[in-house]
Amino acid sequence: MSNHSSTPMNEREAHRARYEALRAEGQGASAQALPPLTARGHKIPQDVVLHREHLPGGWYWTTRLARGEALRIVNTSGTSAVSMVAWCEADPSERLNTADTMKVQWSTGLRKGRVIYTEMGRVAFSIVEDTSGAHDPLVGPTTKESMETALGSGAARNSRDNFFAAAAKLGLTRRDVPACINFFAPVGIAADGRIAWHPERREPGDFIDLRAEMDLLVVLSNAGHPLDPALQAIPAPVDVIQFAAPLPGSDDLCRHACSEVERAFEQTERHIRRGSNS
Amino acid sequence: MMDSSGFTDLLLDVVIPARTPWSHVLRQGQKLRLIDVEGQQAVDALFYSAADTAQRYSAQDTVREQGSAYIGLGTQLVSNQGLVMARVVEDSSGRHDTLAGCCSCESNVVRFGEATRYQHACRENFVLELGRYGMGKRDVAPNVNFFMNVPIDDAGNFAVLDGISPPGSYIDLVAEMDLLCVFSNCPQINNPSNDFNPTPVRVLIWDAVPQPA
Repeated sequence: MSNHSSTPMNEREAHRARYEALRAEGQGASAQALPPLTARGHKIPQDVVLHREHLPGGWYWTTRLARGEALRIVNTSGTSAVSMVAWCEADPSERLNTADTMKVQWSTGLRKGRVIYTEMGRVAFSIVEDTSGAHDPLVGPTTKESMETALGSGAARNSRDNFFAAAAKLGLTRRDVPACINFFAPVGIAADGRIAWHPERREPGDFIDLRAEMDLLVVLSNAGHPLDPALQAIPAPVDVIQFAAPLPGSDDLCRHACSEVERAFEQTERHIRRGSNS
Repeated sequence: MMDSSGFTDLLLDVVIPARTPWSHVLRQGQKLRLIDVEGQQAVDALFYSAADTAQRYSAQDTVREQGSAYIGLGTQLVSNQGLVMARVVEDSSGRHDTLAGCCSCESNVVRFGEATRYQHACRENFVLELGRYGMGKRDVAPNVNFFMNVPIDDAGNFAVLDGISPPGSYIDLVAEMDLLCVFSNCPQINNPSNDFNPTPVRVLIWDAVPQPA
């Protein structure tokens, strides 16, 4: 027998039963209740637009995105992938967390109706509109080495260095740059874990709308995806629209998607209201 | 390339008690064996270049380089600067995760409810252990979860399932650089990562095999 304290069997069985019930809900009813994808061509009213950015291939853009604002990222050409990192403006040690984003939502899939978590059990972004559902929290940014492997030696810009540079300009360092999320990045995972690329899931005019649920510092990098077989040294430009978005209401599709995210929004809103870590 | 053979000079043999952190600098060429003594026990692991801790293990770089989502025999653990930090040279269990991250008090509340807020968690272990090296919360990156079974299906469904590591399972890493290893013997009791019952694990370290001149 081991000499460490053991969890009583009835407790273990109770914990297992709760876990299985949560899993059934998370991968069943909650997932099936996700809203349909957005139609391409959906327009943002001009009177709520705060800023428009035309982001050239290879480059990055940094913005302060306040709670109550959102970003629309438009894959104008249909050939771009856009990589993102973000920090909580009030405390940049809090930042987007790909692992919790997947684990808490029981899925590697990011799409309309889901949210993006920080490591503090709080919601950074809600995905309020989305035409493709083809986004990637697994593979990470292009790097100097991945660009050289894909394109041969040359001076292609890459998202990893874009993130390091953007972080530095915010007074942050390499240590602050978290794992990123790639939008318009149609990856899939086979049973043996191999990662495949599905180009048919990306089209011109695809967009995703990310609503900030706390005040954020956001970096977008338009420097391709490391697994894109049609990767270009200078990707096509993308368009970004920053706009005012209403705070989530009582019928919000993200805030009320499941019991987990309800608790996360409660933690987020309490933190903003009280400055409490609880 | 290093393989698993020829390591005869045992330098360290230590038990990491259930629920606790552990750290050690593994020198280049040394081999670390992590043993899941009682079986089905997840161990969360972070790695840093001992010479420059801003260079650290990157799950995304590792997944990109191998084109595969799981950690196993032959995996090269890759840093956020694209360098190989360590290689998996033996693996008796066949399934380790690097997508699901570490448990925390805060994510436990979201996942399992308020009643789990005051339970010990890997993020607690990590920030306490990293503090010994002048690091903190921002140095906790997505980690490796040794012996944790997180299969992903073709619809992207993602869940921690029962471990497939029987008692005595082990995985061997050979360091490709001087490597600060920071482990959390996972205290999670709300999912099957530890069979709902955290247990001790054991670490063995052998010195590097002298290379022919």
